[in-house]
Amino acid sequence: MDAVATDTTVLVDYLLHLGDNALVLGQRNSQWCGVGPVLEEDLALANQTLDLIGQARLLYQEIARLQGGDVTEDTLAYFRDAPAFRNYVLLELPASLARVGYAQGDMDWGVTLARNFLYSALMVPLWDALQGSRHEPLSAIAAKSLKEARYHLRHASDWVVRLGDGTDTSHARMQAAFDHLMPYTQEFWTASDFERAAVEAGVGVDVAGLRDVWRATVAATLQEATLRVPSDQGYVPQGKNGLHSEHLSYLLGEMQSVARAHPGAVW
Amino acid sequence: MSTAALPVTAESIARVRAALDGLTDPEIPVVTLAEMGILRDVRPAADDPALVEVVITPTYSGCPAMGQIEDDVRATLQRLGVPARVTTQLAPAWTTDWMTEAARDKLRAYGIAPPGRCSAEGSGPGERIVRFVPRAPEPVACPRCGSTRTREVSHFGSTACKALWQCLDCREPFDHFKPH
Repeated sequence: MDAVATDTTVLVDYLLHLGDNALVLGQRNSQWCGVGPVLEEDLALANQTLDLIGQARLLYQEIARLQGGDVTEDTLAYFRDAPAFRNYVLLELPASLARVGYAQGDMDWGVTLARNFLYSALMVPLWDALQGSRHEPLSAIAAKSLKEARYHLRHASDWVVRLGDGTDTSHARMQAAFDHLMPYTQEFWTASDFERAAVEAGVGVDVAGLRDVWRATVAATLQEATLRVPSDQGYVPQGKNGLHSEHLSYLLGEMQSVARAHPGAVW
Repeated sequence: MSTAALPVTAESIARVRAALDGLTDPEIPVVTLAEMGILRDVRPAADDPALVEVVITPTYSGCPAMGQIEDDVRATLQRLGVPARVTTQLAPAWTTDWMTEAARDKLRAYGIAPPGRCSAEGSGPGERIVRFVPRAPEPVACPRCGSTRTREVSHFGSTACKALWQCLDCREPFDHFKPH
């Protein structure tokens, strides 16, 4: 029984990591809803947000099934605090450069699309590989999510090239966005304990093995965009272990406030 | 109905199927759930021979119509009075290739360019996507004038499953159901 319990814990942590990634980025990108630069792009990001939140729901529903009891997709999304979230720190950062604040007007389209690009360039090969997961529900979710991640990568790549190889201003801002975000991608390649255990159990994928594919995608796209691939040195974030930036609590505060003010409320 | 304790018969399966065949996609009311490939199966439940199991599959992970679709199916089953349950099944992942020819014709008549075949779409992890050009494995024909001189305005449209296109001949904008 012990082995079974351990397996479930590992699986739950691993699914939480994937689900939290999708939910947190979905919530971030939803901040463009109604204020996108043009109508088509407003719709594009809202569409992708729906995909991401849909993926998070499928993963949370599976966790709820595994854990049983009172756990539901809603308790997982709305009633956990920041340290319980296992998403990459990259995904919780505000849609702005480090030096600016939190006002809506500080939101930066270049940072938003650079982040979507860096993340979806990882998720296309990752979902692809997860189709081979020994946990069948995860394999099924991966097959669905892969199709969506391909759209997201294509959309983000288009914008990286369009802005990078655009005007002097758009080029400089896109470069600044990548300079700012690239160090956070180090978190992709340093496996946490639960990832290592999930790989060993055959339910997870060794992300470090996808690094060359990811680098090739980034190099080719940034070259086409006339951008320089920035270095990824320095502090390695540990969002996967619950060590987050200050930004996640603000994001969750906004997302969870209604559910916590009216627990159990229904439409 | 008083069939509650009796095993499901071919006749009751047929009755359920006939009733469900009348249900349409809430976002595209000209095509039925069966034609869309969303209604996957109607069968006796493996664990309870007295129960009909209706299997549906989501299109996109976040498709907001899914809740409505499930409600519609449940309401229909309730009206029939046949003991039944609805199961959502993810694998194999839904693809537009399951859409029937009849559904494609109905979409076109409704003003939505139907999806091409999926096989040519997305080719795995090594895929290079760099330039800002609309690309479709097959030409997308304008549902109004039939011209294939069309362009993609945005890969994302009014619903998750559609892209926004424009015809370069008749100049009309139209929705394209994305191959998925």
